[in-house]
Amino acid sequence: MNNLFFSNTLRFIGLVLLQVLVLNNVNLFGYLNPLVYISWVFLFPVRKNQSTILILSFLLGLTVDIFSDSGGINAAATLFIALIKLPLLKVILKKSDFDYLLFNIRSISFGKAFILIFVLTIIHHFIVFSLVYFSFNEFYTIISTTFFTSIFTIILCILGIVLFTNKK
Amino acid sequence: MQQILYFLKKFRFFLLFIFLEFIALFLTIQHHSFHKSKFINSSNTITGGIYNKANSIKEFFHLKSENKRLVEENTKLLNLINTHKTDFNLETFSVVDSIKYFQKYQYSFAKIINNNYTKPDNFLTIDKGTNHGVEPDLGIVNSKGVLGVVKNVSKNNATVLSILNRNSKINVRLKNSNHFGTILWNGKNHNTIQLIDIPRQAIIKVGDTIITGGKSAIFPEGIQVGTIKNFLFNNNKYQEINILLFNDMSALGYVQIVKNYLKNEQKNLERNTINE
Repeated sequence: MNNLFFSNTLRFIGLVLLQVLVLNNVNLFGYLNPLVYISWVFLFPVRKNQSTILILSFLLGLTVDIFSDSGGINAAATLFIALIKLPLLKVILKKSDFDYLLFNIRSISFGKAFILIFVLTIIHHFIVFSLVYFSFNEFYTIISTTFFTSIFTIILCILGIVLFTNKK
Repeated sequence: MQQILYFLKKFRFFLLFIFLEFIALFLTIQHHSFHKSKFINSSNTITGGIYNKANSIKEFFHLKSENKRLVEENTKLLNLINTHKTDFNLETFSVVDSIKYFQKYQYSFAKIINNNYTKPDNFLTIDKGTNHGVEPDLGIVNSKGVLGVVKNVSKNNATVLSILNRNSKINVRLKNSNHFGTILWNGKNHNTIQLIDIPRQAIIKVGDTIITGGKSAIFPEGIQVGTIKNFLFNNNKYQEINILLFNDMSALGYVQIVKNYLKNEQKNLERNTINE
């Protein structure tokens, strides 16, 4: 328990600093900034009691918002993917109930983990960019920015998870 | 009663989600309205401190270009002093009444410690706050042109509503013809902004210089903004005028804060005139 607590706290601080100091200044092709901090939500252990992950992911989004002067945009989006993570996992693994304590994103097959990350990232980015532009006139911009930033984020997230976590 | 409790228990995570989501959306909507976001901004102690540290490292790599800009500005100021010297040698020498005369604009300097330019609504953070006399609604400029207006202020930092923000509107005029207009940004390219409200009788050409108009009580008249890049003239009206900024908004270092001592006097006078 203690070990879990420390590793998640360190990952929280590390990902926020990485996001606001490095990744918010990448500007690939002039406008693409990957939002890699959401990989914290992918890596957080799954529990039946969801209140911890909901409150912590709200705080994670809010911290990124405070640094990047964007109101509560990242908080709203991160909170939403934290809520749908467990139901989505159940759909992907086709199980109604599974062993919560032993679950780890590295312990399921790569294909299933990829689908999970892909769906959550697309939803998160769509919410973020809808709230950033906040206008139906910009619908095409929202869709294209969501799509290209998601590709960038997914590549970095998967590389990060493969390189920096241990396989059970 | 029992059914209500059962309902609450069954949906407790969803209710928590709804509660937190409402807070997040509330903060978002509050942030979209100008001058209201008090808590969620990057001018507070912790975030400002971290940006200060990161920036002191980044600053080192821009010393060369920053020095070049300072030399250019010094040259410009030297030229300005010399033109005044010739004025004093003229025979019609006007005496300045020391009781009535006082300075209208005061300049102080600050450093940009956080710079956004890729989002549709961008803010800058500077390293001066109420401890240094910064207050909301002061203008921010550098030697190449207008940058924005101070929005939120804390003790040692302040956030600036950049001209690259869809809420920013600044009064400007053509340098050669005194026709006034307004600049705003459509949120696309960080090198070009848009000029509107130019009357149809104004004659403009590609390459004309745009300067601040001095109508707004924030910026002095005559600060450079940019040159006209291209424009559309349809139905006897200027439809869309794109302006190429002199500043490279992606590489900003030191800036000047402009304080107008006569702002309150002007504002009060204008308000009283409307109320009568």
